[in-house]
Amino acid sequence: MHQEAAIRPPLILGHRTYADITADVAAPIENKAPTAWYVLTAIAGIIALYGVGCILYLISKGIGVWGLNKTINWAWDITNFVWWVGIGHAGTLISAVLLLFRQKWRMAVNRSAEAMTIFAVMMAAVFPMIHMGRIWLAYFVFPLPNQFGSLWVNFNSALLWDVFAISTYFSVSVVYWYIGLIPDFATLRDHVSKAWQKRLYFILSFGWTGNAKAWQRFEEVSLVLAGLATPLVFSVHSVVSMDFATSLVPGWHSTIYPPYFVAGAIFSGFAMVQTLLGVMRKTLKLEAYVTRKHVEYMNIVIMVTGGIVAVAYATEFFMGWYTGVEYEYYTYMSVGAATGQYSWAFWALIICNIIVPATLWFKKVRTSFFWSWIISLVVNTGMWFERFDIIVLCLHRDYMPSGWTMFYPSWVDVGTFLGTIGIFFTLYLLFARFFPVLALNELKTILKSSGESYKGEVLPKSQH
Amino acid sequence: MANKVIYAVYEDPELLKDAARKLVTAGVRVKDVFSPFPIHGIDPIIGLKRTRMGIVSFMFGAFGLSLAILGTYYMAIYDWPMNIGGKPNQFYYQNVAAFVPVLFEFTVLCAAHGMAITYLIRNKTLPGMPGRNPDPRSTNDKFIIELRTEENHGHAPEAITAMLRETTVLEINERQY
Repeated sequence: MHQEAAIRPPLILGHRTYADITADVAAPIENKAPTAWYVLTAIAGIIALYGVGCILYLISKGIGVWGLNKTINWAWDITNFVWWVGIGHAGTLISAVLLLFRQKWRMAVNRSAEAMTIFAVMMAAVFPMIHMGRIWLAYFVFPLPNQFGSLWVNFNSALLWDVFAISTYFSVSVVYWYIGLIPDFATLRDHVSKAWQKRLYFILSFGWTGNAKAWQRFEEVSLVLAGLATPLVFSVHSVVSMDFATSLVPGWHSTIYPPYFVAGAIFSGFAMVQTLLGVMRKTLKLEAYVTRKHVEYMNIVIMVTGGIVAVAYATEFFMGWYTGVEYEYYTYMSVGAATGQYSWAFWALIICNIIVPATLWFKKVRTSFFWSWIISLVVNTGMWFERFDIIVLCLHRDYMPSGWTMFYPSWVDVGTFLGTIGIFFTLYLLFARFFPVLALNELKTILKSSGESYKGEVLPKSQH
Repeated sequence: MANKVIYAVYEDPELLKDAARKLVTAGVRVKDVFSPFPIHGIDPIIGLKRTRMGIVSFMFGAFGLSLAILGTYYMAIYDWPMNIGGKPNQFYYQNVAAFVPVLFEFTVLCAAHGMAITYLIRNKTLPGMPGRNPDPRSTNDKFIIELRTEENHGHAPEAITAMLRETTVLEINERQY
């Protein structure tokens, strides 16, 4: 049996048995939902409906209803796309990369982080689709045999790489998530008592029995999927960054984009995990599983990736200045950006992404539930500004001063963005109500090695 | 005498492993083990071979990569080479660098989905399948060894039961089938 060093803080607090873990995870599903859940779902649902309305309006009128203009032809749409994809990265990082690194603390957060990933990638996919204008031709992005002469996709284009990257990433994440969910659904199937719930989890659990061979295959499949998903995580945001990096726009055309975007994605993704878990651990009473130590571990990841991002900003600032080219004077990291008309966006980025997360270097801050929750919101905002700055600031000073302009979002821009947040939270709230929010069968494997009441106790030993 | 199936219920994976080891040493064949989570180290004790899921994944991945190479070659080199600023477009090796992201993604797509589908079919876990675990507690907090008398003709059922009682067993259930 796996033994854990005594000085490591326990990952499961209080006295828990295997049955207690099942009961704790099943409680939010079996019990009546708290009023707060209905209120939150109603609010999120209304915002989601408004967003759907905005999207339908956009499709019927065309993307002229956005605030785009001839100079700034990408703005909130692609900002939101990159923001959502970035948020999605934490889920796969937690479940795949941390599995390969044998980080046991991931078990308490991976399920909800993966759900977040899937919903975030869904929201991300909305933006390029509606940005096409004619969404009914969206299937053109796939290399399908057709009768329009020989009309194939352009495999040299970063935009097409994105299609492959995002669709692979989404579908593999869904499969990975669901394969982990099957045994937990089976646990619920055998645990719940209401007839409709029994029926629901009977279907969802696919007839999982949990015999030795099934578990052996389960472990192998989890490991191989983690191995496949790990390069996938890094490739997806690298490819997203290449949408910019392979272009010739000053400020976008930068070789450090792929690693810097990946770090930024993990940075914002972990912030979103913190935002969601901060609320969930209280409302679903998961304090025993999502502990102060978990929050600290996640904050350390935010610190490290935030540091990488800060170094990338500094590099971009220096390079923009060092080239001495006038066009680089107004990139998103430049003196022009810091002092020009968009200086508020520039400083919002610096404050939210560098200065505020720097407080996590203090142990008091990074072990505080309240402050890490506040910082997670700030980081989420900051990462939205990062993408806004990269896109709008690099575009707003065109090559000719006659093309210089500002971007003003229309109500459809705002409505679509808020709408995706509403849809995201609606899906997430439904997930929190009907799905096992902790990977309970994984947690049971560490109960006897890392449970508070078992640590240091003499365990029933087998003769090796 | 009708064939019997014996279920020995344990409370801890380590206790189950000890019991299984004892039974197997005595020459009893363990039919299966049901548990709420993977018991590490049980496979060699009850004689399970290593799973071939990894090989399946590799083969699907190799298939995906081949298909992607074939597809990009046909579409972008053979059928309609695109002229982008006069860049060379006649030969695959001149273009393959730009296809790497697509080749990689498609390889992963096929490897992951091919393996996942194989896994679901081999485990007989598909939508609507009934759960065949002998006891609902085996997905919660109990660990169960399944033995069949028809596979253990060398041992009297009573002898097996007695052997089980010597282990730290919680309960022993017998069923005719």
